[in-house]
Order: sequence, then C-alpha cells, then structure tokens
Amino acid sequence: MIASLLRRDLALFFPFAGSGAALPLLFFLAVAMLYPFAVGPDANLLARTGGGVVWIAALLAAILPLDRLVSRDIELGVFDQLKLRGVAEESAMAVRLLAHWLSFGPPLILATFPAAALLNLDSETLRLLLLGLLAGTPGLAAIGLIIASVTASLRAGAALSGLLLIPLALPILIFGAGALARNDIASVGFTGALSLGLIALAPFAAGAAIRAAREG
Amino acid sequence: MQVSGQVRLSATDLACRRGERVLFRGLNLDVSSGQALHIAGANGIGKTSLLRILAGLLSPFAGSVESEGAIGLLDEKPGLDPELPLRKALAFWEQIDGCGQPSGAHKAMGLEPLFDVPLRYLSTGQRKRAAMASLLNRAAPIWLLDEPLSGLDTKAIEQVTALIALHVSGGGLAIVASHQPLEIPDLSVLELADYLPTSEQTEKVA
Repeated sequence: MIASLLRRDLALFFPFAGSGAALPLLFFLAVAMLYPFAVGPDANLLARTGGGVVWIAALLAAILPLDRLVSRDIELGVFDQLKLRGVAEESAMAVRLLAHWLSFGPPLILATFPAAALLNLDSETLRLLLLGLLAGTPGLAAIGLIIASVTASLRAGAALSGLLLIPLALPILIFGAGALARNDIASVGFTGALSLGLIALAPFAAGAAIRAAREG
Repeated sequence: MQVSGQVRLSATDLACRRGERVLFRGLNLDVSSGQALHIAGANGIGKTSLLRILAGLLSPFAGSVESEGAIGLLDEKPGLDPELPLRKALAFWEQIDGCGQPSGAHKAMGLEPLFDVPLRYLSTGQRKRAAMASLLNRAAPIWLLDEPLSGLDTKAIEQVTALIALHVSGGGLAIVASHQPLEIPDLSVLELADYLPTSEQTEKVA
C-alpha cells in the first residue's frame, strides 16, 4: 500500500514526469547562470560568493513545488479516501515528504555540478556544498511540507507559503552556507541534525494540519 | 457481493456544527447488515456533513458514531487524478484496495470506452460512474453515498439503484443522501428536517 502511494506521489512530483515538475530544477540552474552576468566575470568573486548563491537558489527552488504539494490532493479528496482505507494522515505525509525530497533534492544536488562550473567553484567548496545540500535539502523539504499543509486551505496559500519558508529555512541556510565561509565540516553536521529534527516533526505537523483543514 | 461478518453503523445523539450554526442535533440512527437508509432534506441542511461524520472524516459537535466493517464513501471528491487517463486513475485505488478483478465494475459502469480519456475531459455523469466503479472495487460492506444519482442519465440511475439494492441484499448496508427518490426495497427514510435545533426534539427514527 505504501509502495503504491509512493509511486503515485513520485509520478506527481518527479521532474519530467508531469508538466511543471521540472521547473524547480530549471529555476535553480537559471539562477546559477544569471549570477555571473549580474556581478561580472571576476573569477575570484564568483568563487568566493558562488556557494552562497547556490544555497539561495536551492532555497528558492524548494518554494516552487509547494503550491501543488498538498492542497491539490485535499481538493481531490485523496486524503479522505486514504483515511477511509485506514491510512493515517501522518503516514500519507511521511510518504509525501520522501517523494517531495526525492523529486527536488537529488536533482538539485546533481545540478550543482554544472552550477559549480558556471560559478568557478573549487573542488573543496564543491565538496562542502554537495555535503551541505545533501544534509540540508531534506530539512527544506520537511519545512516545505509543513507550510504547504498549513496553508493548503487558505486563499493565498501559494504566495504565503513562499513567504513563510524563507524565515523558517534560515537556520538551515546559516549552517549549510556557513560551512562554506568557515570551510568547516561541523556546520554540515548541524545542518543534518536540523534536518533530522524537522523530518521527525513534519509528518505529524502536516497530518494535524490536514485534519484541521477538513473541519474548516 | 457477499459480505461476511457483522456489519453495523450506529450514531447516538449526534449534533453537527458548521461555523457558528448548529445544523442538526439529537440524531440517532442504527443501520445494520441488509438495511438501507435514505437521508432526505433540503440543500444545506447537513446531509453531506452527516455522511462525513459517519465516515469519521468530520468530528461531531456532540454524540458518537460506532461502526463495524470497512466504510466506502462516494461523494463529489473520489480522489481520482484529473490528469491521468481513467484506467490509470482507477488503477491506483484498485492497487491500494488490493482488488484483483476490477474489470467487472468497469464493465458494469460502462467505463471501458473511456479508459484512455484523461479524467478532466469526462462529464459529470461519467465521473460519477468512475467513482461508483471505484467504490464497487473497494468491496467495503458499508456504503455512504452522497448524491450518487445526480448527473447520471436514466439508464445509469437504474443501474446504480440496482447496484445499491444488490449490495444491501448481499448483506451490506447503505446510507444514501439524495434528492432523487430511491427505488430500493425496504428503504427507511430519515428526514434531517426533524432534527433542526430550533424545533422540538422528536423521537428517534430508523
């Protein structure tokens, strides 16, 4: 049952599977491509600031899928029908969290290689960046899922979720991008710890939000 | 459509509040295997809310619901993906339900010619038939049906009514909210207007 659920969720969100699902990835690459045009081709400047730009691009790319992450299936009655079949909202949300991360985390990490080339990042920076994104994107996915569920029944939910994600993602950004500035692997560990906490919390918070939306 | 074991759905002293308004209160019902109940009442009186409370999707303002047996709900939102072709949209729920032989229900609802059409291009009646097929393949003994006949043509109305009757006679139970009259043998009727909060409390029905 969980496998069928995961397959459906992945089909909904995975890049190139459906229309619009590849947008976060393209958006991420577009930001990395635009940055050298905006600040000029100074290789040193790009190498010094490029890692941070990749982090910001990742954060912004994480906002894009939120719009259809939860509200669509609430409207379709998918969670109602799952509940009748004994699938708790928390389980459905845990599966969705995994599908959401799989659909934007690994593609983003892969896209970091061309982005790093565009931004003239050295191999040490690239290594910390990849590890940081690996540790941080699950946390971004968890925050995104919570926000998407909480704002699902609101009129301006999509715009609001973007606005809410940015401050909540700040700790991940500080530790994840901070690892680059200090050249410090310990920060990556902090990012991972934050992510694990958020992953543990997200299915419960999102499940409660879906139940509350039903009563609304 | 044989259903085994004890099947029952009962509610005690149920009240429902939506926003600031109490829609009904003091509602008791007890439906068991082989019985069908028609919930009647004007628009906005709380038929859909009652069904959602009975399904456990909405918490009642007061009172309690007890059920024995799996519940299948047919309403406006059957959870079928609008982008997918009908066959795939149905297949997801058939996998979840572990339904090995879905084609009987597809045939009964006349869905086979529509299999390759994305759900969003289907008409209201065709979607309703798809939802009905999904319910049939669910093989749940308790049916909660919210307006199962609306949008259907004459032939489909006859079919769905016959299917409800067959389900009930096979040992299932059905609670149907509908504006259309239902031609099902031994159908009891619950008028939600009898449970308006302003009126005097009447004795329990069904």
